Amino acid sequence: MAEIDSKPIETVDVPKAPMRLQPGLLDHPLHWRPGLGLLIALVLLPELAQAWGQGFYVGVASRILIFALAATSLNLILGFGGMVSFGHAAFVGVGAYAAGILMQHGLPSAWLALLLAFVVAGAFALLIGAISLRTRGVYFIMITLAFAQMLYYLMVSLKTYGGDDGLSLDRRFDLGFDLGFGLDLSQDAPFYYLVLALAVGVFLAVQRLLNSRFGHALQAIRDNETRMAAIGFPVYRFKLMAFVLAGALAGLAGALLAHQGGFVSPSMMQWSESGMLMVMVILGGVGHLYGGLVGAVVFLVLEEFLSSITIHWQFGLGAVLLAVVLLAPNGLLSLRLKWKAP
Amino acid sequence: MTGILVLEQSLNGLQFGLMLFLLAAGLTLVFGIMDMINLAHGSIYMIGAYLIASMALASGSFWLGLALGIAATAAIGALLELTVLRRLYQRDHLSQVLGTFAILLMSNEVVRMVWGSQPIALNPPAALAGPVALLPGFSYPAYRLFIIAVGLAAAGLLYLMVTRTRLGMQVRAGASNREMALAMGVDVRRLFTLVFAMGAGLCALAGGMLGPLLAVQVGMGESILILAFVVIVIGGIGSIRGALLGALLVGVVDTAGRTLIPYVFERIMGPDLAANAGPAVAAILIYVLMAAVLFFKPQGLFPAHG
Repeated sequence: MAEIDSKPIETVDVPKAPMRLQPGLLDHPLHWRPGLGLLIALVLLPELAQAWGQGFYVGVASRILIFALAATSLNLILGFGGMVSFGHAAFVGVGAYAAGILMQHGLPSAWLALLLAFVVAGAFALLIGAISLRTRGVYFIMITLAFAQMLYYLMVSLKTYGGDDGLSLDRRFDLGFDLGFGLDLSQDAPFYYLVLALAVGVFLAVQRLLNSRFGHALQAIRDNETRMAAIGFPVYRFKLMAFVLAGALAGLAGALLAHQGGFVSPSMMQWSESGMLMVMVILGGVGHLYGGLVGAVVFLVLEEFLSSITIHWQFGLGAVLLAVVLLAPNGLLSLRLKWKAP
Repeated sequence: MTGILVLEQSLNGLQFGLMLFLLAAGLTLVFGIMDMINLAHGSIYMIGAYLIASMALASGSFWLGLALGIAATAAIGALLELTVLRRLYQRDHLSQVLGTFAILLMSNEVVRMVWGSQPIALNPPAALAGPVALLPGFSYPAYRLFIIAVGLAAAGLLYLMVTRTRLGMQVRAGASNREMALAMGVDVRRLFTLVFAMGAGLCALAGGMLGPLLAVQVGMGESILILAFVVIVIGGIGSIRGALLGALLVGVVDTAGRTLIPYVFERIMGPDLAANAGPAVAAILIYVLMAAVLFFKPQGLFPAHG
């Protein structure tokens, strides 16, 4: 993040349009001041957790960041592309299985696992997106759900890789070189930093993408598809590209999730998981740059907190979500805007 | 032998399809008239099954439990509509997803608080416990036949109500053009509450009927909810006729797939491969069906919006 904040936000991605001084409606500035503060807090988190003797929370934080990554990828198509995909967990699952199956065949390289998860999930997204994007509205929601269910049942029946019971990973992947200081990815803190680095990298890349010509076109298609098609934009191709990218990024999150928990199972691809990812994005703010991140953090921290005080934590979680729907119609981040501009 | 197998599976498919229809009817009306995605529909089915099971246990009579359970679930449905769901009609689909997902979480937990996490038993009435000989050499469980009869009766009544009564006319008008129905003086607020309560009652009926066959447990609504969505999308959102045909199609295809595909695969590829591929193909069959329907008829088979 540090290399970005030296530049003024307005000219980050539009060097050819120096006339524009204010970011437009379709621009999504990084808000680098709170962003940098958040990053510093995230970097220091393992140290602080250790100091308080709560090393357990480093693993929890890794999991939250992985979901933030997945939710951000969903927000890319849901919030900025207007494509309500109800099958996003399938891509997370595909990535997780790619990593798990590699491990089963005795290939522990993290690079290979992450690359493969990215590529395979992207390939599935290409296939599913190419068919699904021919439908609109509610029918798009349902057809993405249908494809996700197909993948779910496919993995349930694939007995070679655990079937219904899932697949246990013997150990975590490694980077192929010595980290020094006796550290390796099987420990929670180094793994956390790997997740953090990837999450920050993806987040910045998504931010750049949204402020590029492609990102602007994508958001314009969300707002008025007919008009964009009339102007001459290849609407279908743009949407498909975004869909594939989002699927591939979800696959990346899946590979990380597989190695974080040491376990892959078809239940990662269930429709309720897709629903949960959607809920995270809606909770944070659809079409807000930080929406996926905020939603994932709030949802999972709330889950962690409530489940520590009562076994009936789902009730509390449901009540909070309901309150958000009724009181903050456009997600938590919209409250901040309302508060800033009364 | 195969003739009897086909007959038995068709009856199973019909029975499953009719139960799906009871669920899908309420869902398609809520979706079609109020343009509302209701993920909590499966929860109402679950609550209905629990209420019927515990009332049947308390009163000692299946029939009394069924009647009381359906009435109570319809009341809960109306209450839910009046307090929460009513506020979501004007919002976008995403808010509705979040709101009804919240209700789904809460109702799962309420059920767990009241009844515990163990599945509870709902016994069919003693009179319907045994098998009935339909043909020489072919007997079929009486309770399943009873389910088919109840399903057909409910579908028939619903059809009469929707096509022959004033209320049904208003429902159809609301589904095909809400603004116009409003302009013609239909009291949509009352209509919505009524439709919602009716949908909840049908859910409870399906829950009570399927309770003795499947386990009454937390999470029972989630898997069947998705099937109900598949049904209404295949049938065309907002159309009762579409929901009935979609439900029968899904019921028969799903049941037939589960028995016939492993059988056929075993002939073609040998038992080893068939044991792997058979169940997978059978499970995804209805989703393939839905994707195919949407690909060729993106509005479903019987679109309600003219």
